[in-house]
Amino acid sequence: MKNKITVSSLSCPAKRRKSKSLEKRRARMGYVFVLPFILGFAFIYLPMIIESLRISFSQIDATVQPVAYNYVGFQNYIEAFKGEDVRFLQELGTNLLDLLLDVPAIVIFSLFLAIILNQKMRGRAVFRAIFFIPVIVSTGIIEYIDIAANTMTESMGAVNSGGEAGQAASAGAEIINQIDVQKFFANMAVGEGLVNYVTGLVNDVYGIINRSGVQLLIFLAGLQSISPAIYESAYIEGSSSWETFWKITFPMISPMILVNAIYTIIDAFTTESNNVMKYITEINETSGTTNLSLAMSMSWMYFLVILVIIGAVAGIISAYVFYQRRD
Amino acid sequence: MDSFDRPNYSKKNIKFDENVSRWTRFKYKYLTLFALKKFFWALFRYALLVGISYVILFPYYSKISTSLMSGEDFVDITVKLVPKYPTLDTYKMILNETSFWQATLNTGLVSLFCGVVQMLMCSLVGYGFSKFNFKGKSLLFLFVIITLVIPHKTMQSTMRFFFQDFKIWGIPLGINLLNPESNSVIASNWPIAMLSFGAIGYRNGLYIFMMRQFYKGVPDELEEAAYVDGAGTMRTFWRIIIPMSVPMMVTIFIFTFSWQWTDRFYTKMLYANSDYVFFNQILDEVQKTPTTLRWFNDYAQIANSYSLAIQNAVGILILIPLVIIFLFGQKKLVQGIERSGVTG
Repeated sequence: MKNKITVSSLSCPAKRRKSKSLEKRRARMGYVFVLPFILGFAFIYLPMIIESLRISFSQIDATVQPVAYNYVGFQNYIEAFKGEDVRFLQELGTNLLDLLLDVPAIVIFSLFLAIILNQKMRGRAVFRAIFFIPVIVSTGIIEYIDIAANTMTESMGAVNSGGEAGQAASAGAEIINQIDVQKFFANMAVGEGLVNYVTGLVNDVYGIINRSGVQLLIFLAGLQSISPAIYESAYIEGSSSWETFWKITFPMISPMILVNAIYTIIDAFTTESNNVMKYITEINETSGTTNLSLAMSMSWMYFLVILVIIGAVAGIISAYVFYQRRD
Repeated sequence: MDSFDRPNYSKKNIKFDENVSRWTRFKYKYLTLFALKKFFWALFRYALLVGISYVILFPYYSKISTSLMSGEDFVDITVKLVPKYPTLDTYKMILNETSFWQATLNTGLVSLFCGVVQMLMCSLVGYGFSKFNFKGKSLLFLFVIITLVIPHKTMQSTMRFFFQDFKIWGIPLGINLLNPESNSVIASNWPIAMLSFGAIGYRNGLYIFMMRQFYKGVPDELEEAAYVDGAGTMRTFWRIIIPMSVPMMVTIFIFTFSWQWTDRFYTKMLYANSDYVFFNQILDEVQKTPTTLRWFNDYAQIANSYSLAIQNAVGILILIPLVIIFLFGQKKLVQGIERSGVTG
């Protein structure tokens, strides 16, 4: 029966509705596809954001039902800056400084690793699997256990014998003795700031590796998408590996550098182990009605800072990014 | 540095005369600058990769070994990494005295649900963003980025308020079946379902972005061919686009599943005071009641270290299913990542 051509299907043009152009119909289908997000954003996310903004601009009174909002203007925001507790600004400052040092390290490290993991060699699949492990497991509960272990070993020190085994268990244990490295670099007569930066990075290598998982994946994907023909022709022209990297790989991968820099910033700002986040959550969880508004205003300012930094970084990097297809 | 195979010039294929000595052959084969360079590069590469793999794997190794330690090991000063008196008592305690199996079942179901739903929703939305032109597309995409940039954690209280008194723009929906009087949907499956179906769950912005980049790389001709054959947009999506994007979707599924599996934030907040048990409750439970273990009372001074060991054991138990899933899906995961071609 399927193949039977009915009269109605043949006479379709006769009862044609107001025909819409293909473009319009495509646009309508576009809305249909994006609909889940539109609904989710409009009905769940937007109300939450508005609620959060409203709380940040008011003094809430939870004793009455429903909760009363007393509009106080920018008072909470000013309080965050000028209050007795100056920790917010301090944490924000140190956080930004850390970010300045960490982002280049993470991006360069993950690019380097991606290039190595992209080469043909024995055991590549195993190494890739190992390098993706942090992406899968280093969030949530496991991160919480690691943080708990770290604080515990810090508080215990090496006083009791249990400390030894405990220290081994903590993830962030110093891998390289800092003094050794400093001695090593002191002989090379480079600046002290650089030495501290390098030793800091080396001791944080676990953190850096853990946090560069997604970036590594993105870089790998980018490297895969570069056409081998370009490399081939460069090779025929006699370019060395070094030149090939700077003249071909680097420009072709530069859009990914932008994506990764932004992702790293977002990730660094929003992980649970971030100090500002910790502080905001801390305020949030201490009881008291003013605290909630304060925490909200802080997180909004924090969010604005993130946006400004992302905008600045995107602006700077995208000036140097090379796109193969300029549409 | 490059992904294509360089021609092999290590003189392996050179034919020597019969009367050339072995030494000469060896010399020409391996004692060239090229072979030497290759050898040292390979050496450096393996040293680096093995070293970093060590850094990645060491914490898990030490987690496993501490979780196997008994009280005697914690007192013994010579024990550092390898327990002298290994025991499975910690694991037995966790499995017997907490509702670990129940938590595994609950977490598994919620993670599976989140994985499937968020995977489908994000591919739908990503497809919409990549292949269609409609008014307000760039504004909507900006909203996607905003959901990615604002961490849910900063909205913790608002989210709680929102779901405690759940109304959509002031209209109560009354979907709390147990207690029609209150608007609270906390401690039910509704919040997580709504977040998943709305594609605004944990890191869903990233997934949408990934799917969009992937679909941008799919040639339009493929869909046009389907249209010419008479398929509608939806049918094209289900029959042609979805089968194509399986590796990418597996990637997203693995991300969602494992991030929900180890999640503390959502389950703690959205299932507060509920009958459902999740892994984070097990973690809290374990910290309170390890007293039944023999050495916990014998050696009071190691209580701190020992609770660390118990936490590590919980961590290992949580990780085992994840590792199994990861090993099965790893090939697809890498494939999906490679095909995503995230560009600009």
